[in-house]
Amino acid sequence: MDTGTFRGIITGLLILAFLGITAWAYSRRRKKDFDEAKNLPFADEDEPTNRDSHVATRRDESSSEADSRPADSRQDRGDRNA
Amino acid sequence: MSTALEHPTYNYKVVRQFAIMTVVWGIVGMLLGVILAAQLVWPQLNLDLPWTSFGRLRPLHTNAVIFAFGGSALFATSYYVVQRTCQTRLFADKLAAFTFWGWQAVILSAVITLPLGYTTTKEYAELEWPIDILITLVWVSYAIVFLGTIKLRKTSHIYVANWFFAAFILTVAVLHVVNSAELPVTFMYSSSIYAGTIDAMVQWWYGHNAVGFFLTAGFLGMMYYFVPKQAERPVYSYRLSIVHFWALIMVYMWAGPHHLHYTALPDWAQSLGMIMSIILLAPSWGGMINGMMTLSGAWHKLRTDPTLRFLVVALSFYGMSTFEGPMMAVKTVNALSHYTDWTIGHVHAGALGWVAMITIGSMYHLIPRLFGRTEMYSVGLIGVHFWLATIGTVLYIASMWVNGILQGLMWRAINPDGTLMYTFIEAVEASAPGYIVRLIGGVFWVVGMLIMAYNLFMTVKRSEAIRQPIPQTA
Repeated sequence: MDTGTFRGIITGLLILAFLGITAWAYSRRRKKDFDEAKNLPFADEDEPTNRDSHVATRRDESSSEADSRPADSRQDRGDRNA
Repeated sequence: MSTALEHPTYNYKVVRQFAIMTVVWGIVGMLLGVILAAQLVWPQLNLDLPWTSFGRLRPLHTNAVIFAFGGSALFATSYYVVQRTCQTRLFADKLAAFTFWGWQAVILSAVITLPLGYTTTKEYAELEWPIDILITLVWVSYAIVFLGTIKLRKTSHIYVANWFFAAFILTVAVLHVVNSAELPVTFMYSSSIYAGTIDAMVQWWYGHNAVGFFLTAGFLGMMYYFVPKQAERPVYSYRLSIVHFWALIMVYMWAGPHHLHYTALPDWAQSLGMIMSIILLAPSWGGMINGMMTLSGAWHKLRTDPTLRFLVVALSFYGMSTFEGPMMAVKTVNALSHYTDWTIGHVHAGALGWVAMITIGSMYHLIPRLFGRTEMYSVGLIGVHFWLATIGTVLYIASMWVNGILQGLMWRAINPDGTLMYTFIEAVEASAPGYIVRLIGGVFWVVGMLIMAYNLFMTVKRSEAIRQPIPQTA
């Protein structure tokens, strides 16, 4: 096999790998897992109580937007196994 | 710092140390940049001394902003993100402390040796072999701490930000070891084990992947955590983030030859580098769109939240420079742009617009939380910093575009008899106004960073003052 053919085969394999990853990522079966994974940044809410009074008032002014945050991120606690 | 700030689970000490040093080294590195910009306007500012000449301060500037400022930011955010998304304490506290002190020692040795003239002459890998060994030790420890923490995770998934951080850590280890392979001759002098064109190709394989993995993958890790956190909604598409990750790391590796267009590098390698650079647009924009779309439904937050503004404008500059890069990698465009100030402008669109802005946005989210708060001392000052940084970046890149195209056109202009129309010095003289505008842009940036340092200082001070009267139980 000459170098050119070898390189061609490698390129073909990489394209197949890429298509495989894409198909895997977009398959319906992965959806549930990914929805859990995507909420991981919000899964460990140990934020200290807010002592910054000015922040609280600032938030209140726009509370209709700031805290009506849909449950999409906070209800699902991610995949906390502990 | 009082122990009252200690988190019950997480190791925040090392994160705090790196976060503070991010701001300190940011000021040092950018101030060096301003000095260099001033030297290009007034060459006498090199003081006629070897230690303060442009050629010695320039690598100090690049090392300080990339490895000291960017590096400290990457350590701080990766240690923070991996703990919080794996819900476990950092693996091996002592080794984590070693990465902090070891990395600071690397930076200090750069501050000492580069002005003294010790250099391997490899761009972005100038440090001599004893320091290279120290870098390797610190980096291997970093990999052990980071991957060890992932191993200990209490969650079943590894969040996508950690994939990007892990790829950045592993790839930089490989890049550093391969490119720094050198034969020590004396204590502070070594010779690369590669020769000629191979040396150049290895250097730019390293150089471009330092951009791709140190300055892109690592900071995308930041993006995937801090943009969702600050916008208070999960990332737009987790599926896209996976495709983004694998596509980016598969393609980036092959783009390096675009730094060597029209050199002794074989033509097929140049063309390959050009084509892979153009393909790179797709994963880059995939990631940029994923970050941007995370804000859908939350755009109103930009009105009141300057931290989020930093993060979003960083993504805009990322999108812009990842379009500009592939365009400049096209050989015919490169024939005009290469060796001109356009390249410097492109680098700073990425370095200031993307890397520094995403870092600063992440720091404004991170720092108050490290000190037991949710907001910085002054949100107003974050807003001031945001405008200084944005205007500074625009002044910088616009002046370098003008200068770059001007230089490229002047250098290639020929008279009907085939002789050059302009001497080199005429192109330098024509660049003077652009150099002044660039200097102003740089000063904007340093002033912004000083405001950030004040805000950081007051946040730490206030947090300590408030802590005093509260006795810690537990």
